[in-house]
Amino acid sequence: MSRIVIDVKNVTMRFHINADKMLSLKEFITRKIKGQIQYFDFVALKNISFSVQRGEIFGLIGHNGAGKSTLLKTIAKILKPTTGEIKTHGKIVPMLELGSGFDGDLTGRENIFLNGAILGYDEKFLIKQYEKIVEFSGLGDFINVPIRNYSSGMLSRLSFSVASMVKPEILIIDEILSVGDADFRVKSRSRMNELMSGGTTVLLVSHDVKTIRETCNRVLWLEHGKIKMIGEAQEVCDAYEAQPAVLQSDIKGE
Amino acid sequence: MLYSLRKYNFLIRQLVNRDFKKKYKRSVLGILWSFLNPLLLMMIQYFVFSNIFRNSIPYFAAYLTIGTVAFNFFSEASGMVLTSIIENSRLITKVYLPKYIYPFIKILSSIINLSISLIPLSLVCMASGVSFHKTTLLSLYFWVCLIIFSFGVGLVLSTFMVFFRDTQFLWGIFNRMWMYMTPIFYPENILADKYKFVLLMNPLFHFLKNIRLCIIEGVFPQPMEYVYCLSFAFGSLAVGLFIFLKNQDKFILYL
Repeated sequence: MSRIVIDVKNVTMRFHINADKMLSLKEFITRKIKGQIQYFDFVALKNISFSVQRGEIFGLIGHNGAGKSTLLKTIAKILKPTTGEIKTHGKIVPMLELGSGFDGDLTGRENIFLNGAILGYDEKFLIKQYEKIVEFSGLGDFINVPIRNYSSGMLSRLSFSVASMVKPEILIIDEILSVGDADFRVKSRSRMNELMSGGTTVLLVSHDVKTIRETCNRVLWLEHGKIKMIGEAQEVCDAYEAQPAVLQSDIKGE
Repeated sequence: MLYSLRKYNFLIRQLVNRDFKKKYKRSVLGILWSFLNPLLLMMIQYFVFSNIFRNSIPYFAAYLTIGTVAFNFFSEASGMVLTSIIENSRLITKVYLPKYIYPFIKILSSIINLSISLIPLSLVCMASGVSFHKTTLLSLYFWVCLIIFSFGVGLVLSTFMVFFRDTQFLWGIFNRMWMYMTPIFYPENILADKYKFVLLMNPLFHFLKNIRLCIIEGVFPQPMEYVYCLSFAFGSLAVGLFIFLKNQDKFILYL
């Protein structure tokens, strides 16, 4: 089995969108006739190449709009890169942003099955793992309550519990561990360690340099869609934090 | 595509399930509404059209009911498929799944609704003295054509909807116009001969005519009708799939 599980080669992502994203049909037609539709080209990723090895915890840092999420989305196949190619080996499980695969009207139990199905698990597996998922989430009797009554911490616990229950080959986490209480953070950290010792590769995006520094082996620093730096976590985080003060305040302003 | 339908079988069941649970979540009668709703509507329409507007159509109750069930299915299915992409925008922007799954789920839900409303339909037929013919089963062929046709229309609409949110409103009006152009509660010979072509071009008219022929009169439709209906159905599906698949990679930029 090859050691490289994510191989990103010369990926460029160019968005060609009209300036006011949402036009009504009437506006579209009248402006099209007048030739007034303004498209703007926005290059979110410029010629990105890197690879991630099996079992690595790979971090992505950068400012807002640096292209972190876009990069994750191309890896997760949600977005198709304009040019370049991405090869991944194995099952990718995206850790969904707070409950985006959840439905507020359904109970926690129903959502475990729904979300599990969305993440590509099969029925037998979910039935077998159900107890474990509930136990790990620590939701107890709340599992039979419609999740619109959940707090955001409860949601992220449920979300993490479902996503991490199998051993996906690649786990994608976009800003999630910052939520949930301290206890749960410890728990999820140890679950992640467990996953990683089992060979799961983790891609982690965060604004929080501290989280990245503590968790990741290697880090990619993106700036304006380009790779600014790639290397050992400590090294890259140091450089990132050593930026001029203007940018620093920018980071803290998040 | 068939392979992936099997692969996503569990997911599709979960999502159809969700549609149903949500629809009836906070109602007392729950699933019974799927059955009651068409029945009550039919009673109202029957009352209006048989007492206020006089007509001489034999087995009028059955005639009318088939018309409304078929057309309601069409407008419900196309309407549900229309919103299928924008409704699931949160999922589409977060997880990779083949995009045709979303419209597919909606058409499945509306097929289930259709099957449920066939129960009141058969009750009405029995009550108005329509007997069971061999051809009653044959009508299934035309129901299926109707379903495929509606799916194709819905696919086109759902694509348009992503780029222009006006689609929904335009479709609402167009749909209503289409309803009046289709002989649901009036006999087809009400139109002057020179406007007959409008009917002949209307796919829904063909589906409806043959379903009625099969169920009410127990007569085999003309051979050409099978061809017409099938070509309407697959013509619509082909156009729908073509437009949908061609644009699906752009959806995410507009959600």
